[in-house]
Amino acid sequence: MGAQLRVYRQKIKSAQTTKKITKAMELIAASRIQKAQARVAASTPYSRAITRAVSAVATHSNVAHVLTTEPERIERAAVVILTSDRGLAGAFNSQVLREAEQLTELLRSEGKEVSYFLVGRKAVGYFAFRRRESEQQWTGSSESPDFELAKEISDTVLEAFLRDATDGGVDEIFVVYNRFVSMMTQTPSVVRLLPLEVVEGVAEPTTEVEPLYEFEPDAETVLDSLLPVYIESRIFNALLQSSAAKHAATQKAMKSASDNADKLITDYTRLANNARQAEITQQISEIVGGADALVAAK
Amino acid sequence: MAALNVSVVSADREIWSGEASMVVARTVEGQIGILPGHEPMLAVLASGEVRVTLAGGEKVTANAEDGFLSVQSNVVQIVASRATLN
Repeated sequence: MGAQLRVYRQKIKSAQTTKKITKAMELIAASRIQKAQARVAASTPYSRAITRAVSAVATHSNVAHVLTTEPERIERAAVVILTSDRGLAGAFNSQVLREAEQLTELLRSEGKEVSYFLVGRKAVGYFAFRRRESEQQWTGSSESPDFELAKEISDTVLEAFLRDATDGGVDEIFVVYNRFVSMMTQTPSVVRLLPLEVVEGVAEPTTEVEPLYEFEPDAETVLDSLLPVYIESRIFNALLQSSAAKHAATQKAMKSASDNADKLITDYTRLANNARQAEITQQISEIVGGADALVAAK
Repeated sequence: MAALNVSVVSADREIWSGEASMVVARTVEGQIGILPGHEPMLAVLASGEVRVTLAGGEKVTANAEDGFLSVQSNVVQIVASRATLN
């Protein structure tokens, strides 16, 4: 067999092996999106209930809370970056990191210091490679995040928020994550977590007179225990969205990888056929040439 | 008499929802019973049992840890980061 032909056959075989792997990953990701999406949907009643409760307190009482008041001067901001633990997800991680960098630039231009909280091995790797500091890191459970993780993250950021700026506390907290828009689209988005702005479902104007709310034990205590829970549920929601988006991004990336492998296989098959035919033609012409020479020698 | 529309929700899913005639829960200040027509309220729950009495008289009990109880126009929501039916 000709050397050229052998090279082509090798390339076809390697493309076929790659395709098998990417196809399998595509199918796995596709089945995981369903699960991740179901988890996002299942957690919606909770976050909706919490949001309703928060807006109830916000509209029916005028308690000022440390988590809702804007500090006079913001010295340091914390950025929580949600990435995945594994790659092979197209632009998933790079787009969220880019978004975080843009946010950092914006914050720096406003004269604020920035400290980071990282979720996912990819963000940790990105920071380690550039020898940049981060406050805390969580890795290993971004594939299917549980509520414990959300609780841990929110406890950490709340603790940093409540600390004084002189002891390394922060005055502002942002979360950067990939929002799951659809199977095809995942957009990186930035949410300012603290100081709190209750955006969803506040004060929908009603015609009927709002009844007086009763708080037990009192509005302040309710708010005190409600707000951390609200933060938790926001972080949990972001984590779930990010994991659904990761699976969708993986599926998309693996689909295009399989398609590319398919294309490579067709291309190389054509080339291999060509090479084989050329080899046969050459052999025939060698035989004919040899026979001619023999006839001529007689 | 109007019925209460009750839902018990934990962080990762809705645990139970349906119509009920009475809800008994433990707040940080003590036990509270809620009947249809209760005034709007928001209470911090102490860890413990929440008893939901259905219209037929059957009872559903759930355990709720560090949660809230909200009542507004006969809609009762029991929200807890961890809640289980028992």
